[in-house]
Amino acid sequence: MLTQNSLPEVEEHKRLTNKEAAIQFLTNNMVTIMFVVLVLAGFLVAGMNPFLFILDIVARMSRNSFLVLSLIIPVVAGMGLNFSIVLGAMAGQALLIFVTHWGITGLPGILLCIVLVTPLSMFLGYLTGKLFNKAKGQEMIAGLILAFFAQGIYELIFLQLVGGIIPMDNRVLIMSSGIGVRTTVDLTGGLKYGLDWPGQIWGMPNLLRPTFPWTLIVGVIAVIVGFLVYRFVFKGRMPSLPSIGAGLVAAGLIVYWSAIQIQQETMMMMVRIPLLTWIVILTLCLFIVFFSRTKLGQDMRSVGQDRHVAAVSGIQVDRVRVIAIMMSMVMASWGHIIFLQNMGAFSTYGSHEQIGLYSVAALLIGGATVSKATISQALLGVFLFHALFIVSPSAGRQLFGDAQVGEYFRVFVAYGVIGITLALHAWKKLLQRKDQLGV
Amino acid sequence: MAEASLLQMQGIGKSYYGTPVLQDINLNIKPGEIHAIVGENGAGKSTLMNILFGMEVIHSTGGFDGEIIINGKKEKIDSPQRAMEIGIGMVHQEFMLLPNYSITENIKLNREVLKPNFLSRVFGQKIEHLNMGQMNTDSRKALDKLGIGIEEYVTVAGLPVGYMQFTEIAREIDKTNVKMIVFDEPTAVLAETEAEKLLESMKAIAEEGIAILFITHRLDEVISISDNITVLRDGKRVGTKKREETDVYELAELMVGRKIEKMVHGEQRELKNEIALKTENLVVHMPGEKVNGVNLEVRKGEFLGIGGLAGQGKVGIANGVMGLYPSRGQVWINGSPLSLNDPGESMRQGMAYVSEDRRGVGLLLDSSIELNIVINALHNQKKFLKKYGFFKFQDTKGIRDHALKMIKELDIRCTGPGQLVKRLSGGNQQKVCIARALTMEPEILFVSEPTRGIDVGAKRLVLETLVKLNEELGMTIVMTSSELGELRSVCDRIAIVSEGNISGVLPPDGSDVDFGLLMAGQQERRGA
Repeated sequence: MLTQNSLPEVEEHKRLTNKEAAIQFLTNNMVTIMFVVLVLAGFLVAGMNPFLFILDIVARMSRNSFLVLSLIIPVVAGMGLNFSIVLGAMAGQALLIFVTHWGITGLPGILLCIVLVTPLSMFLGYLTGKLFNKAKGQEMIAGLILAFFAQGIYELIFLQLVGGIIPMDNRVLIMSSGIGVRTTVDLTGGLKYGLDWPGQIWGMPNLLRPTFPWTLIVGVIAVIVGFLVYRFVFKGRMPSLPSIGAGLVAAGLIVYWSAIQIQQETMMMMVRIPLLTWIVILTLCLFIVFFSRTKLGQDMRSVGQDRHVAAVSGIQVDRVRVIAIMMSMVMASWGHIIFLQNMGAFSTYGSHEQIGLYSVAALLIGGATVSKATISQALLGVFLFHALFIVSPSAGRQLFGDAQVGEYFRVFVAYGVIGITLALHAWKKLLQRKDQLGV
Repeated sequence: MAEASLLQMQGIGKSYYGTPVLQDINLNIKPGEIHAIVGENGAGKSTLMNILFGMEVIHSTGGFDGEIIINGKKEKIDSPQRAMEIGIGMVHQEFMLLPNYSITENIKLNREVLKPNFLSRVFGQKIEHLNMGQMNTDSRKALDKLGIGIEEYVTVAGLPVGYMQFTEIAREIDKTNVKMIVFDEPTAVLAETEAEKLLESMKAIAEEGIAILFITHRLDEVISISDNITVLRDGKRVGTKKREETDVYELAELMVGRKIEKMVHGEQRELKNEIALKTENLVVHMPGEKVNGVNLEVRKGEFLGIGGLAGQGKVGIANGVMGLYPSRGQVWINGSPLSLNDPGESMRQGMAYVSEDRRGVGLLLDSSIELNIVINALHNQKKFLKKYGFFKFQDTKGIRDHALKMIKELDIRCTGPGQLVKRLSGGNQQKVCIARALTMEPEILFVSEPTRGIDVGAKRLVLETLVKLNEELGMTIVMTSSELGELRSVCDRIAIVSEGNISGVLPPDGSDVDFGLLMAGQQERRGA
């Protein structure tokens, strides 16, 4: 047994000066900060009505969050941004078409979709995972191309086979020739709002749809209670007094504002929150947190850091990667179902195409990178991405007299962000490598 | 044999695509024994270890001959997992660590302590939670056993290499069933003090009854700690010796198969008084190798050695003069001042550098040998370029001819000039570095740790090459090395660096005591 320690002392991590820390914060969060500025500027220029903004952002966030969250696990497993979620979206869409055809509506219809799409997307995820294992390090481009390839098969099935080999006799869904699904599928009266308005089929349209101010009040109370329980039960430690004060002031302001809205019966009382959808999203968040602390989650992080080291320590790298993609694919298919039930109608051959790109853009805007993504980044990203979508048409109209300019701008932004983030990632990696060399 | 063997390897043989790389190897290791395996690069050490550890390269190329017997039982080791189950641990030459994990997470990698939760009852063990508390306790225990005071929750990224090495070892001894640990060149990346500490730990581990298989090419280490030593040469076992019955010279001889002699210049040479390089108050900010105001004069045609303990700043001098690390002070080349912090300028002034960090900054690992040889000359001296109008092209033929010449002159063992550098052994990579420096036709050549991580035979060739350059071409050479013996065998003068300063300059035949005192930062004995 050795007692003395003749190794050099580990140097304390270099304390950064305030200026250095600020610069580091800015460079690390460049994309996110840029978007916050853009959204704020757009909001001011557009002179938007806060009611319309909140109405729109609530709808968009509850629609899109689940999809974006489905991207997190592959990032953790070191497989980058999973563009192949388009396949999961296709699977979800296919099930929506069939369930619509079978005439099952509302929440039961959505649940049936979810149950049936799960094995299908697991299978697709398995195949995709296998493919990605053959193209290690090139998962992103492989996923993009795979989505194009799958588009061909999807079109073959729904343009040529459905109505022919796959019998489907439905005047509304099938084209007049009797073969192929029509280019748009309308879910109105069927699966539309199946999850958002769970009570509609039982004649209770407002079941689980509280108004926005009430949700805020209950939400603030829930957060405070949850926080106290967490502190006292698990940690037994109190946060600093200033942060308690700031928290209480913020909570007080929110409650006060909400109370005024309720009392004065303002427009805000017309904004209703799809509570069930949000419960589903929160459950997914909790699951991701839970999962990251499990053995399999740890394996994914290990594989994500270094495949070779993970393999040598006996982790079945390929298997872990396939599971990561399968999980992502299942979540994506569910996410797309949630997305479309809110939209209420979709383009049969196009609505899934942009899913991969826009979800990835949203995640990146939240500050995620190819190698790091968290739940809060995903949710923040969804908020900023859609906030920009909402304000840019009005801002475009105000500035250039043409709403279309805003449209161009947001498309340009979505692609641009992906490009910038990938470039930034490469650049940071280069800096890191230099850092390691101690240059 | 009185005591039962823990591991017996009998008649082990292996060939890759018909080329035998190992033939009829027999090994016998008892519990608690430290058994060293020495041999040149390519002698078959790594192949033998890959067989023992069930690595995939072995089984994907047709398996191996012979038997592995553990505790008297024949075992079939066909995967690293199987080897671990049997109780064979391995401390790898390259670190098998995940930089963003804490020390605990690395020690417990894929052996995490788990506790069940409600979902795991449905989905099985993979969904069980990590028990971080228990993992930390276990890691603490393993680290304490090694005498390492570092906190187990520190992230590995940014730790000194010594700690990384110990983290790896802690991982092995934390395994409850471990019976034997293979150390693959563990001291290659360590500084001298760290290496000593490591050897001590190895002894402590062996005392607990765990057998150690120690692969290295540092013969003095072998002599200092092993019980038995097996020497491999060209895939065959040339002998197994007890430590008491052998010495460094015999082992070296067995390894290389030829006598090793000293390479001192015929006699003390008369050096010209011209100064090729002069530094005044040179300060270099190289992390871990800080230089604090060095004054040094190098004469033309001299072979100057810079020695000293690790971390004292000896490596920093060359890096500073070459502009690789931020530095200030004054440097004159042949009497004219040099602008610092500009590697291009340093090269244009007729200096070339063979870095101590071969794999990091020295080589383009994914490029061919020929490109590696010419790249500096190509960029800084516009050699090997053909001009067609506005366009410049690489002179492919010129490059190829030059590369072939260099390969021949320096005896680089490769399949051809187009081979990727990362596929070469350490010694041959080093020669490529030297070839690149020579292509610049420098007046002053800086060489740092030219023999680190390469075997005895290659070491000798590298040193011989340097001596030849110095004597025949009159090149001024400044060689930095941690191995004093090596410096003493080739240099005209040796400057010893301590705490960022030159504590003294000695002739190669100076007494051991003087060298020792200077290294410890004390002045020479007066009147000695």
